[in-house]
Amino acid sequence: MSPLDLLVVAPLVFMVLSLLAGGWQRSLLALAIATMAALSVWLMTLDPGTAHVVGGWELPLGVLLRADGLAQMLVPAVTLTAGLTGLYALHQFAPESHASNAQTAAFWPLYYLMWSAANAAFLTTDLFNLYVTLEMASIAAVAMAAMGSVRAALRYLLIALLGSIFYLLGVALILSRYGTVDVTLLAGMAEADFATALALALMTGGLLVKAALFPLHGWLPPAHAAAPAPASALLSGLVVKIGFVITVRLWFEGLAAAATPAGLHVLGGIGALAILFGSLQAIRQESLKALVAYSTVAQIGYLFLAFPLIAGAGHAWAGLSFHAVAHMIAKAAMFLAAGLMLKAAAGPRIADLAGLARAMPLTVTAFGLAAVSLMGLPPSGGFSAKFLLVDAALRQGQAIHAAVMLIGGLLAAVYLFRPLAVAFSGSETPAVPAKAPSMVAAPLALALAALLLGFAGGPLAELATGGAPATVAQEPPPSLENTVKTASEDAQ
Amino acid sequence: MEALATGHLFALTGAVLVGLGLFGFITLRHALRQLLAVNVSGAGVFLMLGGLGRGAATTDPFPQALVITGIVVAVALTAFGAALILRQAEEDHAAKEDDERGGKT
Repeated sequence: MSPLDLLVVAPLVFMVLSLLAGGWQRSLLALAIATMAALSVWLMTLDPGTAHVVGGWELPLGVLLRADGLAQMLVPAVTLTAGLTGLYALHQFAPESHASNAQTAAFWPLYYLMWSAANAAFLTTDLFNLYVTLEMASIAAVAMAAMGSVRAALRYLLIALLGSIFYLLGVALILSRYGTVDVTLLAGMAEADFATALALALMTGGLLVKAALFPLHGWLPPAHAAAPAPASALLSGLVVKIGFVITVRLWFEGLAAAATPAGLHVLGGIGALAILFGSLQAIRQESLKALVAYSTVAQIGYLFLAFPLIAGAGHAWAGLSFHAVAHMIAKAAMFLAAGLMLKAAAGPRIADLAGLARAMPLTVTAFGLAAVSLMGLPPSGGFSAKFLLVDAALRQGQAIHAAVMLIGGLLAAVYLFRPLAVAFSGSETPAVPAKAPSMVAAPLALALAALLLGFAGGPLAELATGGAPATVAQEPPPSLENTVKTASEDAQ
Repeated sequence: MEALATGHLFALTGAVLVGLGLFGFITLRHALRQLLAVNVSGAGVFLMLGGLGRGAATTDPFPQALVITGIVVAVALTAFGAALILRQAEEDHAAKEDDERGGKT
């Protein structure tokens, strides 16, 4: 047995147990969090690149699970995000709560299924197995979205299914061309011919739908805004990252031979448009959850804007991994805090939040701290990520990329200050029903984690670059202090 | 030569099915029809995958194993989609009845 196996299998075991647990969901969740936390720590101690074939079937037939730097960062982040979101959800979907019984019964299996799908997606290198994990994630995500709005969930499901068809078509082309679907084997075999480029384009198209990259993001805001708060946190934090990570594995490892600079720049350009469009839409929203959902559309843009910067000077790869983790944690914190604020507020609009900062200071603080990370203000994790990306863009002379990232940060400040300003406005203190302590603590802990991530910048960036694919610029592992020093020397 | 021709037959039929499904998905508005259109496309992809393993003398079971897995996944998602469509229809129906009752009183 290896932690790589267990990280995928254990949540599935918990999924089955959650169907039988009845009133024992609380104990089961505690057991799940302890197990997954231990496995995540074990994963982080593995040498980067440690791999394990499932069931002893050797490649090219078997399925490879591998702990590279990206997985070693994202899987523990999933444990943190899913674990704390689970603690919050315990009160919303507890057997004794007033939520309808069907929802209570349905939430927990879906929650563990999504956890397993996310871990499997970040650890697997087998393209067909990744198709299966994409569909696992889709079922869990759509069913969770359906708890809010069936119409939005149905739209999400149909578009996700279409994305899967495109992805699978690409996989079929790769299988017929190379006879294998394993990313590590493809990395040594892939050639820059028409079939490979077509397969890459098809798979990327399908994955961008799942990652909700502009202009394929249409399904995301209604689905994420309507879902219950813990479901929104998981949808925006975990699910969109799955499509992104698979895209990264294709473009920089498996099919890197066919990934032309022009293609990378197209993805980067779409990412830039996503940042601007998502931010402007977020500014226009009247409803708090729609604002947070459009912020996800914008933040996904950063992940793809980094694509053309990966191969050049600087530490774009570390910045990319860092941003994925920082956004996952901060956005989950923000959705959970928003959920609590909306329960206390008179209505779903931002204007209804007046006075909440006095009524629920801890929750509004969590929202504010998450906003600090999403805006990219120091010393948060979001700052470290954006600093590494902007620094890489400037070193490579990509002034437009750097400018878009800085403008995106300013726009994020514009849309995130608005709900905060309203929450601090007014002179009355609305009466707020008391909340379970863990429900208040979960978003606060996540927001603090997103903030503290910035202090662990150096070691985490080192972790991210461990086992990075050969196409990534290999420079000595960055530490933020050194980068600041060189940047100021460059300036002089 | 004949084996080559049948191999192409699978791939070409698959491509036609994918194209038909896509056309259906774009032109049809009802969710149930769109779900069926996606299934037609999926059948096309599975046909291509299935045809890949066909050799002159032996058959490579690997693509077949993938197709079987893919069909299982596709069936599960189709059933799930159909259940969602049913739920949506029930909600729409209930909303309509509410409207009519509201209109009479």
